[in-house]
Amino acid sequence: MPIGYYLALSGVLFAIGAAGVFLRRNLITLLLSVEIMLNAVNLSFVAFGRQQGSVDGQIITFFVMTVAAAEAAVGLALVIALFRHRESLNPEAFTSLKW
Amino acid sequence: MGSDLILFGLFAAVAVMGSLAVIGQKNPIYSVLALILSFFGLSGLYVLLEAPFVAVVQIIIYAGAIMVLFLFVVMLLNVPREDAAEWDRTHPYYRPAPAVLGSALAAATLGLLAWAFSRTPGLGAGVADARPAASSVGQLGRVLFTDYMFAFEVTSILILIAMVGAVALARKREQ
Amino acid sequence: MSGVLDWLTMPQTIFFLAVTGVVFLALQVSAAVFVYAERKVAAFMQQRYGPYLVGPKGLLQPIADIVKLVFKEELRPKAADGLLFAAAPVISAIAAFAAFAPVPFGASTTFFGLLPEPMPLQVADINVAVLVIFAITSMGVYGIVLAGWASNSKYSLLGGLRSSAQMISYELAYGMSLATICMIAGSLSLREIVDAQAGYYFGVIPKWNVFVLFPTGFIAFLVFGTAGVAETNRAPFDFPEAEQELVAGYHTEYSSMKFALFFLAEYINMVTAAAVTTNLFLGGWHGPLIPEAYGWIWFLIKLFVLCFVYLWLRWTLPRFRYDQLMAFGWKLLLPLATINLLVSAAGVLYFGL
Repeated sequence: MPIGYYLALSGVLFAIGAAGVFLRRNLITLLLSVEIMLNAVNLSFVAFGRQQGSVDGQIITFFVMTVAAAEAAVGLALVIALFRHRESLNPEAFTSLKW
Repeated sequence: MGSDLILFGLFAAVAVMGSLAVIGQKNPIYSVLALILSFFGLSGLYVLLEAPFVAVVQIIIYAGAIMVLFLFVVMLLNVPREDAAEWDRTHPYYRPAPAVLGSALAAATLGLLAWAFSRTPGLGAGVADARPAASSVGQLGRVLFTDYMFAFEVTSILILIAMVGAVALARKREQ
Repeated sequence: MSGVLDWLTMPQTIFFLAVTGVVFLALQVSAAVFVYAERKVAAFMQQRYGPYLVGPKGLLQPIADIVKLVFKEELRPKAADGLLFAAAPVISAIAAFAAFAPVPFGASTTFFGLLPEPMPLQVADINVAVLVIFAITSMGVYGIVLAGWASNSKYSLLGGLRSSAQMISYELAYGMSLATICMIAGSLSLREIVDAQAGYYFGVIPKWNVFVLFPTGFIAFLVFGTAGVAETNRAPFDFPEAEQELVAGYHTEYSSMKFALFFLAEYINMVTAAAVTTNLFLGGWHGPLIPEAYGWIWFLIKLFVLCFVYLWLRWTLPRFRYDQLMAFGWKLLLPLATINLLVSAAGVLYFGL
């Protein structure tokens, strides 16, 4: 199994996640797209770690997961707080600096 | 070797299709479910990479906890089925220009990655050829609690801050 | 092609397929037995007779129940999300069946010399079995949550939301007590954990994990058992389907076979929880008098006792209030499990287990 396959897959997943962030106008989907990107990076970490025969790649994956959990918690709390004000999940609804 | 390739193709297809489905349709509930599917594909890939612990943790943490949180919020808010701003030209938030620019940027990301790929040597090297796998939970724990001790402790503080922040943000304020 | 045929006719393969099939069937039958047992136990506790008309002592009641369920009309609310409404019970049932796969239920055996080398009595011997079971059970919540959302009914939605909050909350205490045992046993493989429990302390007390590093093992057992009841949504933690408040919770809108699948999943989850508890804390198939080769008899005895405790709890304890449930999980169970983990870690270091 050449490492290139894993890296290519990781790149494709990252691009999909990036496209989601750029294209979608729904805060929840934006957060999900960020998760896709984080996971794409995880995949290359684990693949490189396997090639080096070390556990460091897997350990960095755990840290990424922890950060993703923290990000999801804070992000979703923000989404709930914003939704209370505007009844919308479109980022365009929150362009004013004050309400 | 052959069966490895087939499994890789299968899991990779699940991961890519799942991710595409996340950004490709309008109902957030289905997006969350598609992402869970994609996580299962990734989990299979981790098993192929001889990292069973990461594979299981991926399911427990991502699919079992983080995604339930997402689903919970989507259900709680009863989010509109679709975001009309993305296709309705009369919608006040309809913005075609950023979408075009965004797709261009995503395509550019992919192009840049492909370009970087074409110039990277050693991509054909087998991922499991050179060294034996290091993936026992004991090894992971030893390295995590010695070499990465500081990062581990900082992460716990991060989680604490996130917890406090989430509670503070989501709390209802008395008007 | 001949390679596949060779593989299919190998004794190992045949016995592996046989074991898998037996487990699959046994889980289904256990659900039927559970239905009968639940009714009879409930009747006993409430000083009634329970089912007694169908068959001798009402023994054929589960079959009558199944026939009734199969022939019922399948209803689907007009506003329901068709795909997810149909997928939810399937997810529940699959998660319930799959969770039993890594559970061993007997010592390795050659089946009276029919096999060249002993094979383990379990469907899949995985070296991170404990975590795999944990992962698959945590998938079960999706069946309930999606059922609640897809039904498009307020009772179902409330049931689904309650269940997801409850399962996430109790998973933490569950995982902590699991970690305690894995740390003491020094392994994540259920088979190794069970094998470490063979033998006796001072020749009398069995070396089960309930008694290990007393009282930490016992506390872990209590926390694990309590969280297990909450994970399987059984009384006194049966909020997702609290009849008096939510009609039937997440499966309010379900009927016929879809409803039957939820029921099947619930009972199989109980069997799995009891089996995992047996393996982790009660020495699995190890016990006095019965030789190792017939250890599965001990396993079944312990399993039945635990299942009876489940029924006993349901018909004895009243349901918690929702805020009490959350307070209990977060303020009592989780700190207890965490402190217990720390104490047993110190114990492992001090005694050098």
